[in-house]
Amino acid sequence: MTEEMLSALPDARGHFGAFGGRFVSETLFDSLLTLETQYKELKQDPEFQARFDKELADYVGRPTPLYFAERLSRETGGAQIWLKREDLCHTGAHKVNNTIGQALLASFLGKKRIIAETGAGQHGVATATVCARLGLECHVFMGAEDVQRQSLNVFRMKLLGAEVHAVESGTRTLKDAMNDAMRDWVANVDDTFYIIGTVAGPHPYPLLVRDFQSVIGRETRRQALEKTGKLPDALVACVGGGSNAIGMFYPFLGDESVELYGVEAGGLGIETGQHAAPLCAGRPGVLHGNRTYLMEDENGQIAGTHSVSAGLDYPGVGPEHSWLKDIGRANYVSVTDDEAMEGFRKLTRVEGIMPALETAHAVAYGMKLAATMDKDQTVVINVSGRGDKDINTVAKLEGIGI
Amino acid sequence: MSRIEGALKALKGQGRKALIPYITAGDPHPDTTVELMHTLVEAGSDIIELGVPFSDPMADGPVIQRACERSLKHGTSLRQVLAMVKEFRTKDADTPVVLMGYLNPMEAMGYEAFADAAADAGVDGILTVDLPPEEADEVAPLFTQRKLDAIFLLAPTTTDDRIRAISEHSSGYVYYVSFKGVTGAGKIDVDEVAAKVEHIHHLTALPVGVGFGIRDAETAAAVGRVSDGVIVGSVLVDTIARNQADTDKLKQALKDLLHPMREALDGLTS
Repeated sequence: MTEEMLSALPDARGHFGAFGGRFVSETLFDSLLTLETQYKELKQDPEFQARFDKELADYVGRPTPLYFAERLSRETGGAQIWLKREDLCHTGAHKVNNTIGQALLASFLGKKRIIAETGAGQHGVATATVCARLGLECHVFMGAEDVQRQSLNVFRMKLLGAEVHAVESGTRTLKDAMNDAMRDWVANVDDTFYIIGTVAGPHPYPLLVRDFQSVIGRETRRQALEKTGKLPDALVACVGGGSNAIGMFYPFLGDESVELYGVEAGGLGIETGQHAAPLCAGRPGVLHGNRTYLMEDENGQIAGTHSVSAGLDYPGVGPEHSWLKDIGRANYVSVTDDEAMEGFRKLTRVEGIMPALETAHAVAYGMKLAATMDKDQTVVINVSGRGDKDINTVAKLEGIGI
Repeated sequence: MSRIEGALKALKGQGRKALIPYITAGDPHPDTTVELMHTLVEAGSDIIELGVPFSDPMADGPVIQRACERSLKHGTSLRQVLAMVKEFRTKDADTPVVLMGYLNPMEAMGYEAFADAAADAGVDGILTVDLPPEEADEVAPLFTQRKLDAIFLLAPTTTDDRIRAISEHSSGYVYYVSFKGVTGAGKIDVDEVAAKVEHIHHLTALPVGVGFGIRDAETAAAVGRVSDGVIVGSVLVDTIARNQADTDKLKQALKDLLHPMREALDGLTS
């Protein structure tokens, strides 16, 4: 894959091959065109870029370390396992890279009211945080089911000054929160900026979220060359919507020697149908403004999903991942809830790093993969977030009352 | 000339405005939909917009979302909706039927298969809420080839250039969304709508239907004064929800709602 191919996508209409696009109701169309134009201008604007870089350094705490997990590597056997420590970002996850970028964009565009949707609450917390930082009004939509699963993050968002709207419709999870955020946006399109938390949604969101998250891969590339003298042999990242994965993968797309692995939520097992793995077990369709792989029934109705991790519990995925799957540049695999829990325990006990349950999926697969590789090879796992927010879920699974 | 074009031309010739009700197919039950469609015609409707239920109706408010949920609880599929239209056609060869819904159920069925089945069932037009003309180059020709009208939305945020471009892709009529928001929300500002619709008439020769926020005879008349037709949705669906237990009562309630609108619209010419 050449540099030209990379920079050419998405195309002018926001397509990645057969995926992406702008499938929205007419009311939003003009806003999306305007956002695209304004973002393209700001992307070239040294003042905006300098401000973004400064926020990433001084507020988010970048660069995050690339850490050699020596004990985990020894226990696993096979390749050296390195961890990209996005869990050390302010608010505890990679999400803040994107929210600070989009909130700056909103500020530069003069929009004072922010809306966002969230599943596990990481994106909601990150959005509430940057809104507090920049003095913006913040509304977070969250499925009622997730409000219960993630009460700690709901409390954090409220402390940060955000209004949390519990969404009772549909399956009461992330997809329904996204529907309601879009409804709010249609009604308040003049003064409201919608901060989408992942690389999905209508163009230009998959593009701009990717741009903001690509700092992960750029740093990893530089750090790997510095610390190991070569590029990694494989990158592993979890995929719900896919923002941490695309952020990690994108700067490596042209490096053919680097294998890319996106890990979806296999839930109770792909064969049970109780999962959240559209790339592994779905088919292309249209939802939330883009064409992408989806979990749906034979009539095109969006299917309910299951994952131990609220953050991966989404029936769609970013369109660029769909494209990377179809052209064969990235591999998409899944691990079950049980395997993810095992990954969580292992990383916690062996390295003293407690990953988010989303991340635990990547850890579980990364270990499996490393075991099949040689000692002189390297695998980088993106530790997309820390596990504090999932303590309640873990305690419940372990039968511990806290 | 399509059935829609014919119906709107005939109305125009009489100086009358189109009354266009929306109901969700399969709500409250798939067995009652055809009966309700006939009721709508008896109550003076000119064109029927029949909603295809979707699990994630992002552009609709809670009233229509719940209608989709009621319908999907019975497993209503796009194929079944087409069968309902076919059954409706056995007794009504004249009233145009527009399918209104979201893209994914059509994509799941396959666009070509869908277009064939829709034409065969006697559907006249397709309005896909989340399909702007920019994304329709694969789908729209399939409709045109089968003489199905492709109906697109215009919104208060649509620029003049886009109004022209969208109209070029449209046939039958264009659907003007009267306010920024989802179905069933907000209050319509009639003066604002009037100004915008007048402006749209300068940019396209197509008839303009106005929907969103028309709940009673008074707003129907006010909007009918400036447009070629009024589209009534959430208030009907709400009536269906409240009377779902008793079909006879429900039919009467729909008539009670539509009759005054019909009279108010016809009163505009007298």
